[in-house]
Amino acid sequence: MTAFLISLGLLLIYILLAGYAERKTAAFIQDRLGPTEMGPKGIFVMIADGLKLIQKEDIIPQKAHRFFFLSAPFIIFMAVFAGFAVVPLTSSIIGSETATGVFYVLAITSLDIIGIFMAGWGANSKFTLYGAMRSVSQIVSYEVPLGLSVLSIVIISQSLNLQEICKQQGILSEQTQYLFGLKFLGIPTNSIGGFLCWNIVRFPLSIFVMLIFFIAGLAESNRAPFDLPESESEIIGGFHTEYSGFRWAVVMLSEYAMMLLVCMLTSILFLGGWNTPLPNIGSWKFAAWTTGTPGTFLGNIWSAFWLISKSFLLIFLQMWIRWTFPRLRVDQLTDLSWKYLTPFALGFVILASVWRVLMII
Amino acid sequence: MVSDFGNILLFIVGAIIFIRLGLWVTRLFRANNPNIEKLSTYECGEETLGSAWRQFNVRFYVIALVFVLFEIEMVFLFPWAVTFGNELFFVQTKGWGLWIGVLEGILFIGILGFGLIYPWKKGHLTWIKPTISPKVPCAKVPSYLYEQINKKYERHSVS
Repeated sequence: MTAFLISLGLLLIYILLAGYAERKTAAFIQDRLGPTEMGPKGIFVMIADGLKLIQKEDIIPQKAHRFFFLSAPFIIFMAVFAGFAVVPLTSSIIGSETATGVFYVLAITSLDIIGIFMAGWGANSKFTLYGAMRSVSQIVSYEVPLGLSVLSIVIISQSLNLQEICKQQGILSEQTQYLFGLKFLGIPTNSIGGFLCWNIVRFPLSIFVMLIFFIAGLAESNRAPFDLPESESEIIGGFHTEYSGFRWAVVMLSEYAMMLLVCMLTSILFLGGWNTPLPNIGSWKFAAWTTGTPGTFLGNIWSAFWLISKSFLLIFLQMWIRWTFPRLRVDQLTDLSWKYLTPFALGFVILASVWRVLMII
Repeated sequence: MVSDFGNILLFIVGAIIFIRLGLWVTRLFRANNPNIEKLSTYECGEETLGSAWRQFNVRFYVIALVFVLFEIEMVFLFPWAVTFGNELFFVQTKGWGLWIGVLEGILFIGILGFGLIYPWKKGHLTWIKPTISPKVPCAKVPSYLYEQINKKYERHSVS
């Protein structure tokens, strides 16, 4: 229950921050000022936006399939939000400690495409249908490299539970961890902690895996340069063209939630999750000081701080990419997924399994 | 005591209740006076012709088919991934069990790789682009006249 309330609250605060940050980032990259009117430096612009969306009329087009059109936002939001159930928010707070954590995330977020297709088909407009078709084919294509890159990390950490994957990457690990994961080097890193325990160092090739995961994650959340499903200049808004008011807000909220989920997963799988980046150096116990005991107030605050700051940095990277790169063409999109990312991800799965054997020999 | 999947159910039900509540609350604030114009399908101000519920390109089905194949194979890889590299397994088999696990994995991924190469070579992964033939101008004025004019006013053009 705590995790549910925290996730929902985090999501609502995050949408306010991310919306404002996105506009300001876009503005500064394009040498504009961005929002300036509402409050000092325009910081209340998202609140004004929210008030506007609440007052807007809820329009259901006459030709639309009412059931599909009305229930699609529920499914879209439910699919993304349920993904947060197994994400460890701090070192002791997690919605559900099921043993199939990361597998469940992949499964439930795939339901997203059913909602998107219901929205696109149900609205009975050509723009929404095109947007939904593009969106479904894109998400479906990038699901494969995404899953395979998760698989490499699962091989390294031998667990599907995200809390367990997190715990292995820091000083709280119950097993002995070695530098680069290799036992025969004989340098235990349990007492050192910090970034030396992260999966990106335990399996050094995983920096490429992380790249694949991040690109596939961008495509999963329909972000630029993979924003063909809602390219404004061609098909207005894609699958959510016909929505207005609160229903539109829900669709937008789930898109931003997907961004947050992808960035949280990137930081958990590769960058240590809620673990501190600072190692213990001699008598300077930086890692111990900035981790705290799990279960205590300080432990929760520190771990939440590290996880959130890592994911917000990644979100900033996503925004930076959005306003820097041009949109891909549809043939480039399928080529990138099937001809580059998927074969490389398969190769890294094999390399990860060999590395895992070297880790325990 | 709620079970692990009970907690997941809480998230799913909670998300639906959150949207339902939001819709009820915003009903108090929002206007509601629909008319024919508002409820018409949006098509940039044009009258819509026909319905959008029609056939769409077969290319999307091919992608979906390849996806289904790969997704199923990935589902089989997950149980392998969490069992083969277990340290207990290593101790019990004195080491050789691990390499057999890896070999099995490589074999499976190899078959998966063939499954990727086959549609690749068949050309199913390439997005079929429409061929555009360059248009031949059908103007009565011969093109050398245009070129003459271009040459004549060349110095006026801003470079």
